[in-house]
Amino acid sequence: MTDPTTLPNSVSQGPDDRGFFGIYGGRFVSETLMPLILDLDKAYREAKEDPEFHKELAKLHKDYVGRQSPLYFAERLTEHLGGAKIYLKREELNHTGSHKINNCLGQILLAKRMGKTRIIAETGAGQHGVATATVCARFGFPCEVYMGATDVERQAPNVFRMNLLGGVVHPVTAGAGTLKDAMNEALRDWVTNVADTYYIIGTAAGPHPYPAMVRDFQSIIGQETKEQMLAAEGRLPDMLCACLGGGSNAIGLFHPFLDDKDVQIVGVEAAGYGLDTDEHCASLNAGKPGVLHGNRTYLLQDDDGQILEGHSISAGLDYPGIGPEHSFLRDSGRVEYVSATDTEALEAFQLLCQTEGIIPALESSHAIAEVIKRAPTMDKDQIIVVNLSGRGDKDVNTVSKFLGKGSLAE
Amino acid sequence: MEKTRIDTRFAACKAENRAALVGFITAGDPDLDTSLEIFKALPKAGVDVIELGMPFSDPMAEGVPIQLATQRALAGGHTMAKTFDMVRAFRKEDNETPIILMGYYNPIYVRDPKAFVKDAKEAGVDGMIVVDVPPEHDDELCIPAREAGVNFIRLATPTTDEKRLPKVLENTSGFVYYVSVTGITGTGALDADKVAIAVKSIKDHTDLPVAVGFGVKTPEQAEAIGRNADGVVVGSVLVNAIKDSLDADGKATDKTVSAVTDIVKGLADGCKRAKA
Ligand SMILES: Cc1ncc(COP(=O)(O)O)c(C=O)c1O
Repeated sequence: MTDPTTLPNSVSQGPDDRGFFGIYGGRFVSETLMPLILDLDKAYREAKEDPEFHKELAKLHKDYVGRQSPLYFAERLTEHLGGAKIYLKREELNHTGSHKINNCLGQILLAKRMGKTRIIAETGAGQHGVATATVCARFGFPCEVYMGATDVERQAPNVFRMNLLGGVVHPVTAGAGTLKDAMNEALRDWVTNVADTYYIIGTAAGPHPYPAMVRDFQSIIGQETKEQMLAAEGRLPDMLCACLGGGSNAIGLFHPFLDDKDVQIVGVEAAGYGLDTDEHCASLNAGKPGVLHGNRTYLLQDDDGQILEGHSISAGLDYPGIGPEHSFLRDSGRVEYVSATDTEALEAFQLLCQTEGIIPALESSHAIAEVIKRAPTMDKDQIIVVNLSGRGDKDVNTVSKFLGKGSLAE
Repeated sequence: MEKTRIDTRFAACKAENRAALVGFITAGDPDLDTSLEIFKALPKAGVDVIELGMPFSDPMAEGVPIQLATQRALAGGHTMAKTFDMVRAFRKEDNETPIILMGYYNPIYVRDPKAFVKDAKEAGVDGMIVVDVPPEHDDELCIPAREAGVNFIRLATPTTDEKRLPKVLENTSGFVYYVSVTGITGTGALDADKVAIAVKSIKDHTDLPVAVGFGVKTPEQAEAIGRNADGVVVGSVLVNAIKDSLDADGKATDKTVSAVTDIVKGLADGCKRAKA
């Protein structure tokens, strides 16, 4: 790994005016969407400068989401692993049960400012769909969510939650029926209904300004962590760790620390059945740069540039791409990207249940799996913060199916 | 840039007093051999300019007909190399009909854009339409294409306003493709009067021919659109004809080629009547 202290310049300043983080990002969309993307960019820049916007968002964070989310010292997990002190950033305690609500609140306020009257979204695990349906109910917008048919099945509880909240869920059968296909379909809806529709993208990916905007809305995770850690320990952590689907919970935790060069930063991709198989979603570890869904970034693809279907036990990580800022951070060496298999995530899932009485999302369990590997190799006075991006209630069916079988498909 | 077959063909259609018929098929649909046969049969049936779709796994701007065509091609093992093979095979017999490759950026990006446009030119390609590379990223593909002598044909849409139009037209050559609906291919109800206004406004800004597509299905629509536009683009109706001609296993039948050419003939007549 590159020693972050030797990096010459700040890596936190992107994107540039054209939406590039180094060579990654950009605005690779069709002409129909381009004027809209430019409008959105302008509206977001204005909102960012408007104290009223921030005031409204802060109030919602406090009273509606229940922020700030605790930074919790996981004493029994720390003891069990016998190394570094482990803190959990408890995004799973947010209203709707994950970090996704941070982004949805920011974007719905923007949609309102822009005078849009209809909201669409894509979802994988359903957490973003639930968060979107939630803010739509709260602000009185009709809400339509595109969700891969495979995911509709494996995340059934979330489909029901979306329906309860007034969201209409469209199962997408194209491709493998997972997140990538849901995103294609949401983009098709958007070009068809550009005039009145706002598309709430659920992760730090897509055409500029989405990656930067979603990052900004999620950065509250890292900002709070910094303050809380200074209050609890009087210093910054030694290591940050988060799982990567499209990369929003990770960039939200990481971004405020990027220029703190002594803080080691680790992102965890889904290795599915293993990186030596084709059944994983580790685009940064096993993909190569390409262009999809409006941005240039690392993608799982074949030699002819066809996008591959990934696999992960966790629907929220089942995406063949990654937000462009992570691609940039990978190449720059500032962040280390590793991976955890389905099996490792399941073990981590159970360990957190047993040691801390917390049922983590399968997505977040990938980050915990990395902590299980690292903490024992670190000193007892070192500190790891892991982003507990979501709670695992939605996953109990999936987990019971695998545990019931006794072993994982391999 | 140098004149291409596209420039020559639009000029010829104008001289013959008809709208150019631009026909789209997906390369490799439903299989390589049949696709090549359809490709070669298009000019005789009345297609003036051929758009050959480069299949991509994630065709975000396509409606169901072209999505399915793409899936048929990819399921049959189609690759970019085979698309180039088709162009070369076509060129052996026809050195006049313009060929435009249409698709998405990623399969081009992974081959390297500069190498791609050079290979395309050598194979006999005249123009390119790449849906997800807007003028904001002209340096990536549009400029290298122009330098290689390949027209980069840009889409103008109902969301492209007067202010933006010059930017869209800036590096465009060959013709301007006006997308008649806000939406994906193969859907939407065509409003010929609205299209006429849009075409006129584009013509106020450029001397390039303007072709109109997305949603043209019948000879009557081709005629109505062709009255104001220089060209009429049809795609979904052709790939749907391919689909409907397949047997229960999804294989081509002896009706597959004629299913396409029959429709083309009617549309070509519409294009002729448009300027009559
Ligand atoms: C709980 C949870 N964590 C993580 C993710 C992955 O998304 P991201 O990488 O954008 O944080 C998801 C996505 O659905 C999720 O639900």
